[in-house]
Amino acid sequence: MSGDGGGLGGGTSVRPRVGAPVRTQGPPDRAGTLKDLSRPGRAGWSFPALDVPEVRVPAEHARQRPPELPEVAERDLVSHYTRLSQLNYGVDTGVYPLGSCSMKYNPKIAEVVAALPGFQRLHPQQPDRTTQGALELLWRLERALCEITGMARATLQPPAGACGELTGLLIMRGFHSKVGDPRRRIAIPDSAHGTNPASVRLAGYEAVHIPSDARGLVDVSALEKLVDEDVAGLMLTNPNTLGLFEEEIERITEVVHAVGGLVYYDGANLNAILGRCRPGDMGFDIVHINTHKTFATPHGGGGPGAGPVGVTERLVPFLPFPRVERGEASDTYRLETDYPDSIGRMHGFLGNFGVLVRAYAYVFLHGREGLKEVAERSVLNANYLAHRVKEAFPLAYPGRPMHEFVATARTLKEETGVRAMDVAKRVIDLGYHPSTVYFPLIVEEAMMVEPTETETRESLDALAEALLQAHREAHEDSDLLHEAPVTTPIRRLDEARAARHLKLRW
Amino acid sequence: MRFAPQTDADVSQMLDAIGLTSVDDLFDRIPPGVRLDRDLDVPDGISEMEILRDLRSLAARNRHVDDLVCFAGAGAYDHYVPAVVWALAGRSEFYTSYTPYQPELSQGVLQALFEYQSMICELTGLEVSNASLYDGATALAEAVNLARSTPGRDRVLVSASVDPRYVQTLRTYGRGAGYEPEVFDVVNGRGGRPQVGEDVACVIVQHPNAYGLLEPARDLFDLAHEGGARAIQVFDPLSLGVLAPPGELRADLAVAEGQVLGNHLSFGGPYLGVIAARMDDVRRLPGRIVGETLDVDGRTGYVLTLQAREQHIRRERATSNICTNQTLMAIAATVYLGWLGPRGLEELGRRCAAKAAYAADRLSQIPGVEPLFPGASFFKEFPVVLPRSATEARDVLLERGYLAGVPLPDAEGRALLVAVTERRTREEIDGLASALREALA
Repeated sequence: MSGDGGGLGGGTSVRPRVGAPVRTQGPPDRAGTLKDLSRPGRAGWSFPALDVPEVRVPAEHARQRPPELPEVAERDLVSHYTRLSQLNYGVDTGVYPLGSCSMKYNPKIAEVVAALPGFQRLHPQQPDRTTQGALELLWRLERALCEITGMARATLQPPAGACGELTGLLIMRGFHSKVGDPRRRIAIPDSAHGTNPASVRLAGYEAVHIPSDARGLVDVSALEKLVDEDVAGLMLTNPNTLGLFEEEIERITEVVHAVGGLVYYDGANLNAILGRCRPGDMGFDIVHINTHKTFATPHGGGGPGAGPVGVTERLVPFLPFPRVERGEASDTYRLETDYPDSIGRMHGFLGNFGVLVRAYAYVFLHGREGLKEVAERSVLNANYLAHRVKEAFPLAYPGRPMHEFVATARTLKEETGVRAMDVAKRVIDLGYHPSTVYFPLIVEEAMMVEPTETETRESLDALAEALLQAHREAHEDSDLLHEAPVTTPIRRLDEARAARHLKLRW
Repeated sequence: MRFAPQTDADVSQMLDAIGLTSVDDLFDRIPPGVRLDRDLDVPDGISEMEILRDLRSLAARNRHVDDLVCFAGAGAYDHYVPAVVWALAGRSEFYTSYTPYQPELSQGVLQALFEYQSMICELTGLEVSNASLYDGATALAEAVNLARSTPGRDRVLVSASVDPRYVQTLRTYGRGAGYEPEVFDVVNGRGGRPQVGEDVACVIVQHPNAYGLLEPARDLFDLAHEGGARAIQVFDPLSLGVLAPPGELRADLAVAEGQVLGNHLSFGGPYLGVIAARMDDVRRLPGRIVGETLDVDGRTGYVLTLQAREQHIRRERATSNICTNQTLMAIAATVYLGWLGPRGLEELGRRCAAKAAYAADRLSQIPGVEPLFPGASFFKEFPVVLPRSATEARDVLLERGYLAGVPLPDAEGRALLVAVTERRTREEIDGLASALREALA
């Protein structure tokens, strides 16, 4: 993004450009859906002439009426989806400080290597001897992820973080069942991501909610009271969803281990501690990683992700199959499926391999020092931005934030009636993607901001100025915020109407 | 290579502003006992040229399907991916964005997903689709969770001709959800007669099935309905230009591997989980759903809707734990289906069926090679029995440049599953037949 100038401590004034950074203009005939462009007989497809005899599908199986797919020329497709892309904001458009989502720059070289035919054109049912390079890539990535997290082995199969959570919980279930000690409950903090309790349910457990204390950390005395021998384990993000490091982490993992439970590390915030400390050294038994958050694999507008899961030595037997194994004597790799205690298969094939190639590129480009720098700069950026906006949007809890911070618009709401969501919408008019709002649920008028390490100081200053401007305007002319955004092609949408009058297809 | 842009001067000025003296101070809340007091045992960082060299050398150690003539299928298929698909799905405004939480900045992804949902409904003859799941196997697991939400109906019946990897995935998910999928027998690779009692949640049939064969799906779904269970069909999206759609076969839920819709093989992923259902089940569907609505000025726009089903609102009572799905793959599928249109889809289906029939005919002319299920109809994939181990034959044919198929455990390991897409030419099919003839001679 272009530097708009700026300085420290508000010394120099910054004028953020005004207007949403998405397309707003276009000829009216191009609006509407692809179906609106459809004309009978128009087409994009082409195939070679049929070079074998025609056959007929048995009549009882034949389709009677063709599906009503749009009939458009390739040129229509291109202008339609190019236009849609221009209505969309991505990391490439500008700063994307969506807390908890870690929307950092996605290196272009990762796209190039993932598209190499030796990866992109590999069939998952090929014999191992034709896929040695791919298997070695998975092996090397697994080793690196284990080193980064302090785990013994990992599965790269889960296609997203939430699936990693389910994998980890099923591993817990397998572990406890193996020793004839089926347990029924999983402890999770009240600040947890929604996926945690949802995964707990899918794994057949009940959630026990652990309160946070006045510092925004796990209330350890409450934890001690709530965990017993019916608790299979604890799920924890560290730094937690308030962006704060759980300072009593050693005590927390001890408490859970003392009752025979396991401790699960939700890797949503692993990017904050790369090379500084490791979940394994904190006492965690199971770790999942969100490759898009930690290793900058692009999020695709909602996926694909990848959610590798690492475990300590005693849990290795329970990992999903297939696993990549390395030949003892020779430098060869093979996929193995025969593990009697394995929880089974979490994906049809090997998971999101194309995403893992990108993660591999990111890890080895950075190397040991570079990964550490990722954590350092992301924490520096978050602290700097928090500092820049604290007078307007104070931190919800007093501690030192790590890679993201949770501020609150509670005072602003009391003073002006302007809510966190209104601030977010005004920030759009000022040219930026806003932060996450209303999460974590335990913070009133939460604004969860994660600038990531790939933003320049100039862009942080400009974003800070936009937030401060919105705060000023809330006091001076609050309609600017209540009515925002006004510069987007589509303004605030009626979500209640969407749910009441369901229109889910054309 | 690094992507953090701060200069040394930036770092010191920013630390100054915060009131800290060193970067280490930023991490002072990490207790000393858990700090890593050494460097990570990961190699030193490298340049872009070096990572490219490293990954090119790994890629060169794979034999990919531009190098081998691909007759392998069994759940992933070498269909042609038109250039336009990734020219559009690969636009960085799409692929570098997040889940559309701020709809005003995400109309592109939201509208593309609405169009995806619409096309999946048209394709399947069902009433509602979500915005994607991970892949075919996990989509089936999600469909089963939906079917089991009817109280008292817990059992899951699955045909022996459903892809074994799907059944393994169900078995894993069932460990948490509390069921064990029960496999019912088939006769000559298809059909069967599941006993559908009042405790059965669903009957799962794949059509075309894991052998590539056409199933008497209507009859099986009628059996499911007579017992009050839901009928779930695992389908091939590219069969639906020529085969009757799940809705017409009276399936209640249809799930598919959407890789075939414009997505690359990529050694098994990222793929696309497709799920479609009847409107009655819309509030039980897993994952994201996009709905059309109006903005404050009355303009048509799109939002994530029915979010009360989802984990970030409903937490432990959510219909699924899905958060990140496979949006980009769904956008690729949308562009691909737009490229095909109804006629292209039909032409594609006709080509696959004709080429597979031709291949089956050519292979059956080889002495000792027979269909595994004589007389059975198939779409684009079929099993043959060889006079020797199918794995050995497949390995011999690799040396001749053919990925001849996927060996099956049937017929004492002599069965080979052969898939033929529109990409295969008559010459390639004839070449496979001669190579196999020589390998068996």
